[in-house]
Amino acid sequence: MRERHKASTGRQRVTSGSSPITYHSVLTQNRLDTTFRRLKDDSKKALIAYLMAGDPGLAETEQLVVALEEAGADIIELGVPFSDPIADGPVIQQAAERALKNGTSLRKILASVKSLRQRTEIPIVLMLYYNSIHAMGCEEFCKSAKAAGVDGLIVPDMPPDEAEPLKKPADATGLSLIFLLAPTSTTDRRKLVAKESHGFVYYVSLTGITGSKLSNVGDIHDNIKKLRKVSGSPVAVGFGVATPEDAARVSKMADGVIVGSAIVKQIAAHQQDPGMVGHVAEFVRSLKAAMVPA
Amino acid sequence: MLPDSHGRFGPYGGRYVPETLMPALLELEEEYAKAKKDRRFQTDLAYYLKQYVGRPTSLYRADRLTKKLGGAKIYLKREDLCHTGAHKINNAIGQVLLAMRMKKRRIIAETGAGQHGVATATAAAMFGLQCEIYMGTEDMQRQALNVYRMRLLGATVTGVDAGSRTLKDAISEAMRDWTTNVRTTHYILGSVLGAHPYPMMIRDFQAIIGKEARKQILAAEGKLPNYLVACVGGGSNSIGLFHAFLGDHKVKMIGVEAGGSGIVSGKHAARFSGGKPGVLQGTMTYLLQDDNGQINLTHSVSAGLDYAAVGPEHSLYHDQGRIEYTYATDTEAMSAFDLLAREEGIVPALESAHAIAEVVKLAPTLKKSQLIIANLSGRGDKDVQQVAKMRGVTL
Repeated sequence: MRERHKASTGRQRVTSGSSPITYHSVLTQNRLDTTFRRLKDDSKKALIAYLMAGDPGLAETEQLVVALEEAGADIIELGVPFSDPIADGPVIQQAAERALKNGTSLRKILASVKSLRQRTEIPIVLMLYYNSIHAMGCEEFCKSAKAAGVDGLIVPDMPPDEAEPLKKPADATGLSLIFLLAPTSTTDRRKLVAKESHGFVYYVSLTGITGSKLSNVGDIHDNIKKLRKVSGSPVAVGFGVATPEDAARVSKMADGVIVGSAIVKQIAAHQQDPGMVGHVAEFVRSLKAAMVPA
Repeated sequence: MLPDSHGRFGPYGGRYVPETLMPALLELEEEYAKAKKDRRFQTDLAYYLKQYVGRPTSLYRADRLTKKLGGAKIYLKREDLCHTGAHKINNAIGQVLLAMRMKKRRIIAETGAGQHGVATATAAAMFGLQCEIYMGTEDMQRQALNVYRMRLLGATVTGVDAGSRTLKDAISEAMRDWTTNVRTTHYILGSVLGAHPYPMMIRDFQAIIGKEARKQILAAEGKLPNYLVACVGGGSNSIGLFHAFLGDHKVKMIGVEAGGSGIVSGKHAARFSGGKPGVLQGTMTYLLQDDNGQINLTHSVSAGLDYAAVGPEHSLYHDQGRIEYTYATDTEAMSAFDLLAREEGIVPALESAHAIAEVVKLAPTLKKSQLIIANLSGRGDKDVQQVAKMRGVTL
């Protein structure tokens, strides 16, 4: 099923229990896979917290990562600001504008991740638009990201159909390429995304952009059931998960819950407040508390 | 025949969109392929283009302009005579017919100069479809007349107050709307941009310009033109004129981008003079961007050319050298605007004035026996207010 790993890198595949988990290398165990396995063993769900890197500044982003881990976040999704984020709603667009205004760049973000790695082993996934990668070059980007301590990549404007140039260097360096599945995805697309996605599958809870209102939870349930039939990877649900109640509902059906705009909103609201990090951590703690084990 | 099955024009094109849109793009591609072969669809399209749009548009011999410039004989392909005043309606009618086939009763579109917005609002009104147009607030100011026209036609015009508040931001917002309402809505993109199948499909709908022009010039002169000249924003009027001549290797083609305040100033939209390949809004193509891949702000006196990317098919022809790309500055376009008004009694759109500006440079260097066809992609009524304002004239 994931033959290209063996073919291209000769690395081993290790499976654990009923859910097949791919290790890109036994030596550099992927933090994502380890985290999902640990949570599964404890019958817990992953809380994936999204931060826009550089909003309000990279120093604050670093503080937030550490504080959110303490508050219960299991994985950090770090947004790389882009001038034209077509998959994002106004909250994240504005956060990107703030981050770009203060000079945040992909290279600076990678330096931040590197410095964070001296303090935390929390899995870090970058969410970035393809042009940011393309401008650096896929190979150089993957090498730099891996060296900095990044574990996975979510590229919202790159469906598996266009991923070829990124797949090879991502595989070679051991970065998990995480693809998105949508409520509109057909059976064929579901199979394709399941096959190509590593680390986890990102299920988009609604037809819409980030920060929309969570709608039909029944639909999410049905689609995750269908996905599980074709995929052994963990499934995390994002877009529209804003409150502890949402997190509670979604965590009953998925392996992970992704909260983005709601966190970014908290950061924006407390921008001028010296207690900002504490406020955001408190919010994340409330999300995690709502995610009771199944 | 380009593009390939992945929507690629060589290395350019493709489908760089969120997964939510992938099924809709695949559906559109399939439906368009069926429609293309469907005689009924083609008959309907031909009917509306003839009886509603007013095609074929004329190929007008611009004698006074020719005399004034003192070189090649100049013909103007009069897309400004189309209903609604620009070539944009060719595509809008085609796509509205497709939307009807797909049973999508809500239409959205972006617009820069407002010509595509007006064309879409017009086609939607004629078929009784609900219509929402996204437009940057900066463009709404400089094209106030077209905003009101769209509203008269029953469309909702939604201002986009993000980024540069121009065409690029309007496209992003339309893509977000489409992502949200994809099950009920068809997005009528206005130029040969975006994800596959848009660049191919829109080119096909606009290719009628060149098909007509080729027949008309052969009838008038008994030979093919030496040069084709057209302005390039996204690139739909230019590819529309050029496409039928691509196989005619002796016919040279020049695409004219917006030089704004000049390339050195950085305030322009000349992608082939200052850009490099990258991905924006669904497609791999030449972009104006910085070293980190952030999209640059663009500038042009003409809202319709004020965009950071260019259609992917143009990128391929640029690399191959099949089409030459140059630019005209705001100042050059403005004097071409005046020149055409005074010499030929035609007030061109500021976009089309960029093509005329190139003709002004090119024609005197050619022999009198040589022929130029310039695409007069739209009429300038929409720009009259802006031009007056720029010249300090209160209307």
